[in-house]
Amino acid sequence: MDFAAINPLIFFSTMVAASIPVLLAALGELVVEKSGVLNLGVEGMMIIGAVCGFITIYNTGSPLFGVLASIVAGGLLALIFGILTQVLHSNQVATGLALTLFGLGLSALIGQPFAGIKPPTFPKPDFGFLSDLPVLGQLLFKYDYLVYLAFILVVGVSYFLNRTRAGLILRSIGENHDAAHALGYNVVRVRLAAIMFGGGCAGLGGGYLAMIRVPQWTEGMTAGVGWIALALVVFASWRPYRVILGAFLFGGVTLLQLNLQAVGIKINPAYLSMAPYIITIVALVVISGSSNRLSTLAPGSLGRLFYKTM
Amino acid sequence: MSLEEGEICALLGENGSGKSTLVKMMYGLVKPDEGEMIFQSRTYLPSNPNEARSAGIAMVFQHFSLFDALTVAENIALGMVDPPPFNKLSREIEEKGKAYGLSLNPDSMVGTLSAGERQRVEIIRCLLQNPKILIMDEPTSVLTPQEANVLFEALRNLAAEGTTILYISHKLEEIKTLCSRATILRAGKVVATCNPEEKSARQLAEMMVGTSIVTPKRTESQGNRNGQPLFRVENIEKESSSNFGTSLREVSFEVWQGEVFGIGGIAGNGQDELMEVLSGENLPKGGTIMLNGHDLARLNPNERRKRGLLFAPEQRVGHSAAGEMSLTENAYLTAADRKELSQAGIINWSRTAEFSQTIIKQFDVRTPGTDNFAQSLSGGNLQKFVIGREILQNPELLIVNQPTWGVDAAAAASIRQKLIDLADSGAAVVVISQDIDELLEISDYISVLSGGCLSKARPVQELSREDIGLMMGASRESLPEAVA
Repeated sequence: MDFAAINPLIFFSTMVAASIPVLLAALGELVVEKSGVLNLGVEGMMIIGAVCGFITIYNTGSPLFGVLASIVAGGLLALIFGILTQVLHSNQVATGLALTLFGLGLSALIGQPFAGIKPPTFPKPDFGFLSDLPVLGQLLFKYDYLVYLAFILVVGVSYFLNRTRAGLILRSIGENHDAAHALGYNVVRVRLAAIMFGGGCAGLGGGYLAMIRVPQWTEGMTAGVGWIALALVVFASWRPYRVILGAFLFGGVTLLQLNLQAVGIKINPAYLSMAPYIITIVALVVISGSSNRLSTLAPGSLGRLFYKTM
Repeated sequence: MSLEEGEICALLGENGSGKSTLVKMMYGLVKPDEGEMIFQSRTYLPSNPNEARSAGIAMVFQHFSLFDALTVAENIALGMVDPPPFNKLSREIEEKGKAYGLSLNPDSMVGTLSAGERQRVEIIRCLLQNPKILIMDEPTSVLTPQEANVLFEALRNLAAEGTTILYISHKLEEIKTLCSRATILRAGKVVATCNPEEKSARQLAEMMVGTSIVTPKRTESQGNRNGQPLFRVENIEKESSSNFGTSLREVSFEVWQGEVFGIGGIAGNGQDELMEVLSGENLPKGGTIMLNGHDLARLNPNERRKRGLLFAPEQRVGHSAAGEMSLTENAYLTAADRKELSQAGIINWSRTAEFSQTIIKQFDVRTPGTDNFAQSLSGGNLQKFVIGREILQNPELLIVNQPTWGVDAAAAASIRQKLIDLADSGAAVVVISQDIDELLEISDYISVLSGGCLSKARPVQELSREDIGLMMGASRESLPEAVA
């Protein structure tokens, strides 16, 4: 056993990068759920974002186009979900599951010719001397653009939800859609917008995986990250900043598992692979054990269908 | 119809007479097919509530349109066209609250407030817009009488300042004291306009229904208390399960065959807790509940039903009936055993449908069919269905909590008559109600629940409205003589 082989600085910065896909996807889903919609298709939207981003960056060589393609692909898939559930009133759980299966299948189909190819490298911002600082440089200034974008997005979403009127309206629709409708807010339109935002975030998370983190295209490469993102939203009790915490926890445990194997700790790797999921389940049980819904900020209308009655 | 500046005008009508549709048009939630509204000598046709609000029309809903997980200030901001920043808004909420005696803490979470406080949130939300017309849809149905008085005072102040108030309510006595004019709707048409102070509650009710209402008749000298009581509750103790509830203390009463036993009292004095203990939803901490000499205190609701103790709780959708299930399914839910609607675990649907059809016919439930969702029925019709479902199972004892809450006059009269008929047929009925007149009308014996204590039962002939009112207001300790 040699823990010294694990460099804490490198561990931290790798953990940050490893947590980005789940962070982005969870953040998007958080906004969707805050508007009262449960979209279980996160996994499908992520993998579609991954394959579309990968194909675009490979064919155009432009990271910007790759990112945009990921966002648009995830958003479009989410729009299908939105139209089905909000306009045609289909069941959200069933539609979300279908979306995941559809996304996995479609991505395998269109991604097949691109399996195993290396994409062009993704650029990092140049912070000049800052990235040469001891410790801080490694901790803060060595990431690619999307890492910074992801954290800006967390701050932005938190500000939007808690400080702006539009955010208040979105929360009110998630809390009680009938009351929001009675006050004259357009429930369906707001929810469609939130669903598209969630899809874009999930797509970008998937794109990050294929374009930067791995980077290459493999069938089914999201490997359940979308499901973890869903769990993270509950784990974070619908608070954006806590999503970061959850994503780090998840990313950290995943990484630790690899590191521990590398330093030769004699523990069946299957247990370590299970660890992130077990921790998530334990966290979920603890949270749902609290009887007071108000303290968890769970949206009151979550997953309920909205029919215009008045 | 017309409204004048600074008046409090009542809008009356049975369930389904079009009151709600009319006010929803004024508030921009529904568009009229024909006709026009003229507001301050201009044609007024709001296409959404925001337009209505900016024109100066505000509305307080029957079912509160509030958001539990948001603060008072956030809730109020959502209902305003152009809310000021939060710290300014909080100050305004406190100022308005003081001015009208409706004080509120802007930072508290709405989910933690009582019904009366929640309504204040709605009202203050409206007042901050300085509305010219304030529409109130059944504002007192969830309030205690004290809370209602505070509300009336605030409304009178508002009217004196020139705000017009359109007031919808089923409580005719309330309208007589508060409103200076009443417009009456029947089947979607205005049938009369009158001064409610000059009419009796009965006349008003008859104008709404269009026919005369038969007051339920109690045949005299019923329930002569001979022999053993049918139902005996002794020293029931129960800690309330909710924070705002009232714990029951040594509740005892006896009911004989053929009588209607009324339990009065203001909501929140232990009625819900008593109902739960009697029905078996919660078991009492101590005490006995004897029916025909058997102790039921430890049995669950289904076991109690099998032995002839049936109940209709207060909350119709979600408690007496499952809102998103059909009437037939709802009929099965409580009648399965007594009407033998299933064999060996298999539901006999044709028998069940027949049973629900019988309820609909005998109790005049107005619904397109037995396959309709329970929640699609109006309050009065669903209540008739629920009561009918229990009565047709031939109970030994039926316990009803707030039988005519939110029910229009005609339906209320028919429900009361059915309860009396049930008692006349030899069963016993326990009615828990806030409505003193209802208790005086149908009960043989009345006692009052106050602060979790039940007063001694007295025959109805000895009691007046005032006596009961006094008993409601006082605890048992302070009224030893009057009760004994």
